[in-house]
Amino acid sequence: MRNLLKNRHLSGWLLAAPLSAVLLLFLVLPIVMIVVVSFWGATEFSIYPAFLFDNYAFLFGSPVTYSVFFNTFKYAAITWVFTLGIGFTVAYFLAFHVRTLTWQIALFLLCTIPFWTSNIIRMISWIPFLGRNGLANSTLISWGVIDEPVEWLLFSDFSVILAFVHLYTLFMVVPIFNTMMRIDRSLIEAAYDNGASGLQTLTNVIIPLTKPGIMIGSIFVVTLVMGDFITVRFMSGSQSANVGRLISNDIALLQYPSAAATAVVLLATVLLIIAVLLRFVDIRKEL
Amino acid sequence: MTTGQDLELVSLTKRYGDTLAVDRVDHHFRAGSYACLLGPSGCGKSTTLRMIAGHEDPSDGSIVLGGADVSWLPPAKRGTAMMFQSYALFPHLSVSDNVSFSLKMKGVEAATRREKAGEMLELVHMTQFADRLPDQLSGGQQQRVALARALITNPQVLLLDEPLSALDPFLRIRMRAELKRLQRELGITFIHVTHSQDEALALADEIVVMNNAVIEQAGPAREVWGAPKTEFVARFMGGHNVIALPQGHFAIRADHLALTNAAEGRLDGRITGVEYQGANVLLTILAVGDQEVSAVLPEDQFFENPMQPGAEVGLSWKDSALHPVSA
Repeated sequence: MRNLLKNRHLSGWLLAAPLSAVLLLFLVLPIVMIVVVSFWGATEFSIYPAFLFDNYAFLFGSPVTYSVFFNTFKYAAITWVFTLGIGFTVAYFLAFHVRTLTWQIALFLLCTIPFWTSNIIRMISWIPFLGRNGLANSTLISWGVIDEPVEWLLFSDFSVILAFVHLYTLFMVVPIFNTMMRIDRSLIEAAYDNGASGLQTLTNVIIPLTKPGIMIGSIFVVTLVMGDFITVRFMSGSQSANVGRLISNDIALLQYPSAAATAVVLLATVLLIIAVLLRFVDIRKEL
Repeated sequence: MTTGQDLELVSLTKRYGDTLAVDRVDHHFRAGSYACLLGPSGCGKSTTLRMIAGHEDPSDGSIVLGGADVSWLPPAKRGTAMMFQSYALFPHLSVSDNVSFSLKMKGVEAATRREKAGEMLELVHMTQFADRLPDQLSGGQQQRVALARALITNPQVLLLDEPLSALDPFLRIRMRAELKRLQRELGITFIHVTHSQDEALALADEIVVMNNAVIEQAGPAREVWGAPKTEFVARFMGGHNVIALPQGHFAIRADHLALTNAAEGRLDGRITGVEYQGANVLLTILAVGDQEVSAVLPEDQFFENPMQPGAEVGLSWKDSALHPVSA
């Protein structure tokens, strides 16, 4: 018994066991479940275990799938561009323009304040602001910028993307800020000493060195937007769809096999995107 | 007299709020000389260097290089180049790209950049490492790359901020020979900030000792070491005693003291410590007036007449060995 405990391999396995068990139970098992169910059959009122490709055949045979996937990619791409732009700027300001650590921490906490409320509340709070007779429209009218309320402010792609950007920019700020804080300040002086202008320093030194952070932030934002369904439902007023809504609709109709098949395709797509992103940048040294 | 590319500091001042980091410093660096700014940490030597480099704005006064006031020019337009303490090599760029960074900023085309970088790397014997990343180099190699990067701009003045402090002692001595060689070959002014007396003595044509934001003494290495003008310089340069005599305070080199029998010397004392150092023996002596004095004797001379701690001795010296110092 004593010899058994001394065995380093055994103790290594034992130490890794709890985490493995948790991951197995709550990550691997559900995914396996989904994959299995995606091959099951369904009637209007029941589902039954089988090994059928019906769900996938239906999924890939329907033009709706393609347009919904396209829509999802569109949301992800546009949100990515905006969160990256805003996130990089905010992180840059925090990391390079705020001089003292105290202020950096204070301003950083300020960024997180919206996160003290739930996603849904933050999303819904846009509705009175953007609505037909909302704050935005009435202000624009009183300024004389527009004559009648702008319709596309709410329940449109605009409002969906606005909400996404609002919800997820912080996920871009944090990793980028983190990477930027690790950049040796003397590198920037060295660039300046070598005659680089501010813009040249940005493109030749800061952006290349911030790439891992940008990549981690991008993975966060892309996966969150790709998997989202509630934001699209609320902010588009149920007028737009993405893959998440496709799945949630299937579930609402108790079409679990079909929902599972869609989920598997979505998962595969997201993993593929991440794999491609990781080809560009080595994030291992950030972790 | 100002000739060629001499560098002059005119009443150069740097204030941070109420604290004075550099207080009206005037100095003239001759073109083509190797100057060391020497002093304890916080004495203003680094700030002075950074002002010359253009990384700090002077609060007052000016920096004149080759007859032109460069105080407000950006670093790259001054004709100076800086080598940073931590080398500040760009970790994402190869050695060759690091060296040619300034050319890239000027828009020089890639082939020319590569060629120029090659020349510079040859100068510092790093040709075979051109394609490595800085991470893959040792400290000494990184330093050579940093040196090449600073020199590629053809500066008239090279500024080195504690360049040897990150190296191990053995490498430090090799690199300092290298620095001296480069300076001789290139014939440009080197201004080297250090807190190590040995380094300054080994390298400098001119040593500028700073303390409390001002220059305490400046001059050729032998002069600063041989004839310190202030008590601070005498103590900081080491190897000196500052003794209080009725006529005032004097600096005297520890190896210029001789021992005599008690009451026969010019100052009496008692030996409190004997330390064998190989070629020399270091004696610590408590002289009258509670002054601690060190004397360095050649070991053969000491062992002709060895003494133990507790022995009463007299100290004597030649008058010419005394240098009056101000406090």
